[in-house]
Amino acid sequence: MSGLTHLDRLEAESIHIMRETVAEAARPVMLYSIGKDSAVMLHLARKAFYPAPLPFPLLHVDTTWKFQDMYRLRDKVGAEEGIELIVYKNPEAEAKGINPFDHGPLHTDLWKTEGLRQALDMYGFDAAFGGARRDEEKSRAKERIFSFRTASHRWDPKRQRPELWSLYNVRKNPGESMRVFPLSNWTELDIWTYILRERIEIVPLYLAARRPVVERDGLLIMVDDDRFQLKDGEQVQTRSVRFRTLGCYPLSGAIESDADTIEQVVQEMLLATTSERQGRIIDRDAGEGSMEKKKQEGYF
Amino acid sequence: MALPNAPKYQADERDLIATDISAYLAKQTSKELLRFITCGSVDDGKSTLIGRLLYETRQIFDDQMAALEADSKRVGTQGSNIDFALLVDGLTAEREQGITIDVAYRFFATSKRKFIVADTPGHEQYTRNMVTGASTADLALLLVDARKGVLEQTRRHSILCKLVGIRRMVLAVTKMDLVDFDQNAFDAIVADYRAFAGQVGIDDWIAIPVSGLSGDNVAGRGEAMRWYDGPALLDHLETVPIASAADEAKPFRLPVQWVSRPDQHFRGFAGQVASGAIAPGDEVRILPSGRMTKVARIVTMDGDLHQATAGQSVTVTLADEVDCSRGDVIAAAKDPPHAADQFEATVVWMADEPMTPGRGYWLKLGTQAVTATVAHPKHQLNVNTLEELAAKTLDLNAIGVAELTTDRPIVFEAYEPSDGGPPNRALGGFILIDKLTNATVAAGMLHFALRRAENVHWQALDVSRETHARLKGQKPAVLWFTGLSGAGKSTIANLVEKKLAALGRHTFLLDGDNVRHGLNKDLGFTETDRIENIRRVGEVAKLMADAGLIVLTAFISPFRAEREMVRRMIPKGEFIEVYVDTPLAEAEKRDVKGLYAKARAGELPNFTGIDSPYEAPENPELWIDTTELSAEAAAEKIVVAILEFERR
Repeated sequence: MSGLTHLDRLEAESIHIMRETVAEAARPVMLYSIGKDSAVMLHLARKAFYPAPLPFPLLHVDTTWKFQDMYRLRDKVGAEEGIELIVYKNPEAEAKGINPFDHGPLHTDLWKTEGLRQALDMYGFDAAFGGARRDEEKSRAKERIFSFRTASHRWDPKRQRPELWSLYNVRKNPGESMRVFPLSNWTELDIWTYILRERIEIVPLYLAARRPVVERDGLLIMVDDDRFQLKDGEQVQTRSVRFRTLGCYPLSGAIESDADTIEQVVQEMLLATTSERQGRIIDRDAGEGSMEKKKQEGYF
Repeated sequence: MALPNAPKYQADERDLIATDISAYLAKQTSKELLRFITCGSVDDGKSTLIGRLLYETRQIFDDQMAALEADSKRVGTQGSNIDFALLVDGLTAEREQGITIDVAYRFFATSKRKFIVADTPGHEQYTRNMVTGASTADLALLLVDARKGVLEQTRRHSILCKLVGIRRMVLAVTKMDLVDFDQNAFDAIVADYRAFAGQVGIDDWIAIPVSGLSGDNVAGRGEAMRWYDGPALLDHLETVPIASAADEAKPFRLPVQWVSRPDQHFRGFAGQVASGAIAPGDEVRILPSGRMTKVARIVTMDGDLHQATAGQSVTVTLADEVDCSRGDVIAAAKDPPHAADQFEATVVWMADEPMTPGRGYWLKLGTQAVTATVAHPKHQLNVNTLEELAAKTLDLNAIGVAELTTDRPIVFEAYEPSDGGPPNRALGGFILIDKLTNATVAAGMLHFALRRAENVHWQALDVSRETHARLKGQKPAVLWFTGLSGAGKSTIANLVEKKLAALGRHTFLLDGDNVRHGLNKDLGFTETDRIENIRRVGEVAKLMADAGLIVLTAFISPFRAEREMVRRMIPKGEFIEVYVDTPLAEAEKRDVKGLYAKARAGELPNFTGIDSPYEAPENPELWIDTTELSAEAAAEKIVVAILEFERR
């Protein structure tokens, strides 16, 4: 009888995927979004290549609108020995002052989708690790672990390469690239139990604390800095909240909670009645099939 | 809206979550993992059953449930009932067409196990997806509609799963509610399947009558079928032995993925243990070199391990400085696998373009990547009956048995072990990759090595090729001219031959005219024939070079893979690729033989540059740009290069 648990097997599979990428790609990079999935992915990468340092840089496609706590953890990770962190900001979005208050969906488009394309092209990365999981969203359930992208970064769900056994076809022509998802087979519960087991550092926003928030469109938005534009009649309140997913702070809905340990967070999650992406405005933009559409356009 | 019964299954778990989350989480870390595949068509109630499993194990949240209710009303097929199938059919295109077009992976867990479900479609044209889903599965869940019984499709799915090495099957007889939960209907289906399973050698299976709609026998036994005394589906999935766990009992194999060399003191070999177990001090053999050494350490970030077993990703260091790199296999010294370069294999063709026998494909097996050619299939398999049919090639979704040859030996194991245990997926399964498009075009399973290469000894020649060359006082070479039709290959090659003859060299020019009319007059212009044409020309050029000649060949030879194949036949350094580079527009403008005009008119199918690709050399020994050089100047340049080659 095998002594390997499901977490051991998931860990071994992710490490296998990362090593395969590094062995076959010319210039790999790890997309680092600072969230809990990124934290797990980074931890797995350290394990995969220990005792060698990471054989690829981390890339943070910044929007300048992340939470302060996220920037703190990012800069701490970036300062570690053996870690090369690249922060990329789309100069066009920066010049135009694109922000989530005034520009709506354009904000994600320019900073994230377009910013990611620019960064990948500029550095010539041909394989980019992303922390997406198949359990997150229906269109993700069909994506390969090694997802082939055309030279214009498009994803064609009808022309995916069959992926058999643990044999990954990493071959591509110049200009084409791969998105690689080592966490494909992990679920949200797996992520949390692994964070606990391995004592992985995460952004404190995942745990409840008293924070200044504003109620807007049925969501609780945190007032993380003085760029927050209050609308008429809106009141900043201090409530005990935490976040299920982290992105740009004006686009991330908090939930009211007193769970200030990971155990309690998991407890609330398991007894919860709404799914993880619910607090994220981005999925609602285009309604039906919106994530699938974003993916075809080159969003991660 | 009629709500289904509330999930009862997870009630105990939810109590534990609420009262003692730490205890619950401690339990999570000791779960096992079972991967299974579901086979059946849209009408078999597959999506409904999976949706039900997700629902019963509480993988569906309220917001998803709300969306589901809304969707069920809008596009559902269950009237006022919840259409669980909508949970599972992912892509927008699929939802519109009401079909599942790809493999989707689903996840759910109970207190004992985590499950990964490969959900694959049932239509014949998607055999590819089924084989993909089955390649990682421990078990197959076959769905049979209680009203329809065992269909051709059921048989096909069973055969495909068995072919990919799945030993355990569950026959879920669905929609029992639609036959009034009738035992006779169920028994008749079971008897039918038993007869079939016996014929094809499926011996480890059980049948369970279920209703995805009512939930009977899915998570719990339910009330409707008291006559059934077996386990509910979920109970069975929770307790069935996990096939991959048996990999541990096999001999040790570690395909090397990556060599870790952070500094000059550390040299580690990273990979995922394919089978067996290893401990520091164990004797190992590095394959294919066969060198022996011992494992020194098993290194991980959490400290060295005393032992590593099948499934773990590790880094090992070795006691001696031996050559070992990506693609090599570290194996138990006493029981190593073999290496060979000719095999018989089952090949599942997965590309729209049919297989081209004789063409070079990349073959990836474990961490090894080599060039492989596949011979004409010995036969194609009728996956409904297991009947063997004659076939010249394999089309999309065809499965056949063929011999294949690799350009160097690879370390392998038979996919199906002789003892009937779980398949050797890591060292017996391979994929083929098209060298031009990089698409994965086939998957295969090795049967055994053909020892032909060792049995047929080449005739040892008393007069060696060196003697031939010395007698002629020259260095043999093959000047391989490649380029578009009308690029000027023959013209330049003729001039070069004249100049060489004037210098007293013994030469021979092979071109279309003296080969197509004799040696290759049985060949046409299909891709397969063009490849065979080049292969024969390559072999003839090789024999002539063995005889000491400087051989010039002038063929379009459009495919990189075939030119590389010839390069590998010829002794190192003697193959000189001459790329006669004339842009298509220019060649078409010249159109000396009027061929382009005909091709444009559709009279010459598969014409290179028009409706068949030309793959330009990436690193030719000589590059002739005919827009800059006259034929005379080009010939001069080539002769100068040959004289230089002779002096080296």
